[in-house]
Amino acid sequence: MTPAPEPMPAAGPVLVLGIGNLLWADEGFGVRCIEQLNRTHVMAPGVMLMDGGTQGLYLLHHVQAARRLIVFDAIDYGLPPGTLKLVRDDDVPCFTGVRKMSLHQTGFQDVLSAASLLGATPEAMLLIGVQAGELEDWGGSLTAVVRAQLDPAVAIALDQLAAWGVPATARPTASGTALLGPGLDIVAYETGRPDAATACRDRDDRFYRG
Amino acid sequence: MTAVTTANGFALDNSGKRIVVDPVTRIEGHLRVEVNLDDHNVIRNAVSTGTMWRGLEVILKGRDPRDAWAFTERICGVCTGTHALTSVRAVEDALSIKIPENANTIRNIMQLTLHVHDHLVHFYHLHALDWVDVVSALNADPKATSELAQSLSPWPKSSPGYFRDLQGRLKKFVDSGQLGPFRNGYWGHPAYKLPAEANLMAVAHYLEALDFQKEIVKIHTVFGGKNPHPNWLVGGVPCAINLDGIGAVGAINMERLNLVTSIINQSIDFVEQVYIPDLLAIAGFYKDWLYGGGLSSTSVLAYGDIPDHANDYSPASLLLPHGAIIDGKLSEIHEVDLRDPTHVQEFVGHSWYRYPDETKGLHPWDGVTEANFALGPQTKGSKTRIEALDESGKYSWIKAPRWKGHAMEVGPLARYIVGYAQNKPEFKEPVEKVLKTLDLPVAALFSTLGRTAARGLECQWAANKMKYFMDKLIATIKAGDSATANTTRWDPKTWPKEAKGVGFSEAPRGALGHWIRIADGRIANYQAVVPTTWNGSPRDAEGRIGAFEASLLETPVADPERPVEIIRTLHSFDPCLACAAHVMSPDGQEKVAVTVR
Repeated sequence: MTPAPEPMPAAGPVLVLGIGNLLWADEGFGVRCIEQLNRTHVMAPGVMLMDGGTQGLYLLHHVQAARRLIVFDAIDYGLPPGTLKLVRDDDVPCFTGVRKMSLHQTGFQDVLSAASLLGATPEAMLLIGVQAGELEDWGGSLTAVVRAQLDPAVAIALDQLAAWGVPATARPTASGTALLGPGLDIVAYETGRPDAATACRDRDDRFYRG
Repeated sequence: MTAVTTANGFALDNSGKRIVVDPVTRIEGHLRVEVNLDDHNVIRNAVSTGTMWRGLEVILKGRDPRDAWAFTERICGVCTGTHALTSVRAVEDALSIKIPENANTIRNIMQLTLHVHDHLVHFYHLHALDWVDVVSALNADPKATSELAQSLSPWPKSSPGYFRDLQGRLKKFVDSGQLGPFRNGYWGHPAYKLPAEANLMAVAHYLEALDFQKEIVKIHTVFGGKNPHPNWLVGGVPCAINLDGIGAVGAINMERLNLVTSIINQSIDFVEQVYIPDLLAIAGFYKDWLYGGGLSSTSVLAYGDIPDHANDYSPASLLLPHGAIIDGKLSEIHEVDLRDPTHVQEFVGHSWYRYPDETKGLHPWDGVTEANFALGPQTKGSKTRIEALDESGKYSWIKAPRWKGHAMEVGPLARYIVGYAQNKPEFKEPVEKVLKTLDLPVAALFSTLGRTAARGLECQWAANKMKYFMDKLIATIKAGDSATANTTRWDPKTWPKEAKGVGFSEAPRGALGHWIRIADGRIANYQAVVPTTWNGSPRDAEGRIGAFEASLLETPVADPERPVEIIRTLHSFDPCLACAAHVMSPDGQEKVAVTVR
């Protein structure tokens, strides 16, 4: 899964964005990729790492300012859970709009179309998506098959950054400062979760996976 | 039921043709609405359903109370800051933590920023397309559009060339087939009343607002350290102040304060020269469409917000109005006590939750969130594919909050009605001015249009109040006080073994409360009663209907297949289902699906 070579010169800002809701099991994949990348690597000048959460329009100016964009996101494309899927450039908005995974009606594809309306979309885009398995585990973390794709997904992004001429530098120890709010980094989030007896895990019967 | 009168005085009849709108788009989260039409296509019954499960309460149990804000900030992508603010207030209340004056001022600026941003984005990007026909804008004459714009406002972007270019861009966008944010519109529907030129002007401002909104949120980056997801802190705010500091990173310095002041000034200009003139111009074409009042003429509730003085949450200190009006008596403003177990209670008789005794409501400190997805006997379809819900049974993931037993409307209109009834000039005078400009009676306020107008006025109010608090911040700092946090009770060892507190605010969409119980340094119970829980509430055990349901009654629907009237009124509440109920269906559809049965 080596990204296609990019002929473009290394200029202009690059945004590496993770989107999704980390309170929602595999929906947290995009944000967890950013967390991991920040923990292990220092970005080159001009490259911004961003935990976009489910912010919709709040992300517009960051997307507009970016000449190149990498997006990590959980997707639902009917693939086996944990499958990585890469989508490039003009296919990205169509792809993110196929099945809505975000909480938001103003979802990320609307951010891209708003940027397009304003005449400022990134010249190059790479979506690194993972097929989600579990979505209904409110308060839960990544499932094993999706978690196993964190390293490969991050590696693809690192290759892409290098191909764009803005390689990231590995930290001597995986010591990047906390990027997310208190209690939300993956270890605190998982260890602090109330047990099933304390906090009922039942959910909507219609969506319950049997 | 066929025909009944509810305990709160609304006539319902579910015998006519049923229309289902699911999902309602251009809102946050998932909402389903079913209505019954009579033979003249007038709505005689309305059923509003939150189709997601509510679970914030569940995931916070056992967590560190000082971290709760960061979790609540993740519930939704829109009210992030307002949840965080309400959360830190709840914890501070429980632990008797007093915050410094500067922290209060900065929090107010953050909250007002959110109001300005949210109202602006709501008006142009979520609601305007219910009144503005984008496709009609393609037929406008740019020169006539320029004349119209210049007759309404001194806003400089108004030349014929500007509108011609804009129209060209729009045409290219529409022709490309990528309608993007303009998909799902009922373009060409007879309910659209604007001339083509007004449509083109509004679309131009849609784009300008889209471009401008990004400036506003930079204020959150200055005070919250980053955006998205600005930082908050129990005990104050996380930013230090060092006026003489330099550079873009670190403490708040004069350069950053000047940036904030500049953004505030631009916001005031945009709201006063674009948003308000557009609102008045559009409203002028819809003066005869005064449906959608619902509960607003009888029962409104506001907790109040924007404390002028740190740690003083009394009505005298709160700059946004506080109080309840019931039975339509504007002469009597009731005190609202969020600690009193008889004031705010949540009922689940028609909600997919289980209480030991569902005839009784529970105060949030004693709240229970236990799911129970059961459908009434008259439900049509199957559990996984519901064709029509049975409102005599359980039918929503939203609980039914009541104030002293009354169903209440919350939001900008509720705040303005309370402020108006209290004769507060800041609220009453702008309302009277709008009514005079449009030549409408006070009763016109109780409508969909009134809700939309109140939001615009509040946006203007909030932008000007930002300026007030910036001046206050700079004056306090220059007087030598640069404290922003009180950390004396940061260590859980200083806390009582058990404590409970309540934090409240006025989110853009309405009154918001977080109730917390702390035991042994951890969260024992956390309950959030959010604005859309009030407005989107299903019926209670005694059959009182909530604000969404009440607002749809008696509205004529021109074309049941394309019920723009329903969407228009629901959008006027700025519904945010993302936190009213929390988990969505994985197969959420893109389109507004309307089914007529």
